Amino acid sequence: MLILTLKTEPSQRVDLSPLSAAPGLTSEEIAALKLWSGKKTYRVDELFGVEEIGAPHASPLRMVIRNSCAKLDFIGKGASEVEIRVEGDAGAYLGMGLRSGRIHVTGNADAFVACEMRGGLIQIDGQAGDFLAAALPGDKRGMRGGTVLVKGDAGDRVGDQMRGGIVLVEGDVGNYCAARMIAGTIAVMGRTGRFLGYGLRRGTVLLWQETEILPTFGDCGIHTLSYLPLWFAALRTLDSRFASPDAAFARVRRYGGDLATVGRGEILIRTLSSCL
Amino acid sequence: MIVNGIAIDDTFAEGFPMKATRLIITAQTLEWAYHSARAMTGFATSVIGCGCEAGIERELSPQDTPDGRPGVSVLIFAMGVKSLTKQVEVRAGQCVLTAPTSALFAGLHEGTPLPLGQYLRYYGDGFQISKKIGGRRFWRIPVMDGEFLIEEMGYIVDAVGGGNLLVLAKSQPQALAACEAAVKAMRRLPNVILPFPGGVVRSGSKVGSKYKGQNASTNDAFCPTLKGVTKTQLSPEIGSVMEIVIDGLSREDVEQAMRVGIETICTYGAKSGVRRISAGNYGGKLGPFHFHLHQIMSLC
Repeated sequence: MLILTLKTEPSQRVDLSPLSAAPGLTSEEIAALKLWSGKKTYRVDELFGVEEIGAPHASPLRMVIRNSCAKLDFIGKGASEVEIRVEGDAGAYLGMGLRSGRIHVTGNADAFVACEMRGGLIQIDGQAGDFLAAALPGDKRGMRGGTVLVKGDAGDRVGDQMRGGIVLVEGDVGNYCAARMIAGTIAVMGRTGRFLGYGLRRGTVLLWQETEILPTFGDCGIHTLSYLPLWFAALRTLDSRFASPDAAFARVRRYGGDLATVGRGEILIRTLSSCL
Repeated sequence: MIVNGIAIDDTFAEGFPMKATRLIITAQTLEWAYHSARAMTGFATSVIGCGCEAGIERELSPQDTPDGRPGVSVLIFAMGVKSLTKQVEVRAGQCVLTAPTSALFAGLHEGTPLPLGQYLRYYGDGFQISKKIGGRRFWRIPVMDGEFLIEEMGYIVDAVGGGNLLVLAKSQPQALAACEAAVKAMRRLPNVILPFPGGVVRSGSKVGSKYKGQNASTNDAFCPTLKGVTKTQLSPEIGSVMEIVIDGLSREDVEQAMRVGIETICTYGAKSGVRRISAGNYGGKLGPFHFHLHQIMSLC
């Protein structure tokens, strides 16, 4: 296990994406990696204390970033076969393009968490910023696979142009959640902001709370959907309220839309009404 | 070999390689899962005329099914991947999709891929929805009672067909009673099906015929009404012969089922009217799996 302890909070943001190449490198090589911060580069061991515990080259590589702060960007960018634990906050672009493995942040994370992510699991114990699981500006596809769990709230534009995978938010989400979404599932236990599902093409938004529905969505009535127990059962291994059997339901009010575009998406809202 | 007064012939059943899949059908109630499963495994006694051999393997409690509803697992066998794929596609579309509240899942998770919902999803006419859950893809197809849920892919594995037992008794009711008891015991086993009606065949075939174009015909050597006019395999006291055909996912599964069947029949002894237990083979030319009755019983 590799332990990186941030010595002091950097004055400018730091790009940690070179650390995604850590699997396969020795601790000396990792310590010598160059990290960009503003217009300067620093060796990893200039910013972090580097300590290796246990056997090197273990797969998946386990990495702990201690004393982390919100200026550390691109943690786990494009990584595969890694287990990263971030003790503290994480910066922007956390797990961008992640292919496999796990990232666990004990604090908050900034914008663009899991953007264009392809696989693996990201868990954030605190809040997530805007554009969670979205596409980068100018790109046409957001998160494509894997699972993101946010135990707190998330910002605006959650799942913007999301193409696949699962986003779970235990708290509230901001405006334009699931805007322009292409596929996948976003589940929100808390409240949702305005313009939910704006331009939704396909995919599912699963809600625990009633919300304002855009007029371009059609009310399809209340139904029992047999896939939902299966879907909830797949979450049982998570460290989350979503894993609780009490959180599961199969009876929902279904809104189809956004009929201003492809219109094959759906917003499912939990309902307590009986099927009889 | 004689067990409880019943002679067990020194012969073998001749099995042949097949391809098989297991599917799980669930529904709101077990009754409706059975309706669907019975339809799906109907007209599937023999590959010769039906295209596949199929049967209900066992009942599943809600804890054992993917969606937590009561269900039934079925096994379907055919001679090749292509023919099995075709049969599953047709039967899933006509027998499971159509059954109220049903859902269809793969019961095997490795082997040769078998499309389940991969093509059936087009029935949704663009309104179908894909969901990837736990690494497996499912299709939600809107239908008039709600949604039909079907897994995208199943899997095909190598299997064994043609295991069989011939039960020779003094009379027709005695042969049938012995077979019923054996079938009841054999159906408790996993990985096997007895594809014929009630698990019993009364029209065992031989290869070929005097008629051109007829590939199989009645097994006259085992027909009791022909004892005096053909080269019979029956002694004078035999009045009726019935067969139990077994398909299984492996050689061991078929052997186990044959053993249980023979043991069950022998439990009742000669007083049940059963005189002999034999097996059908084609001189070893049809298939590579030879289930020698004495060997099977020696493993008891």
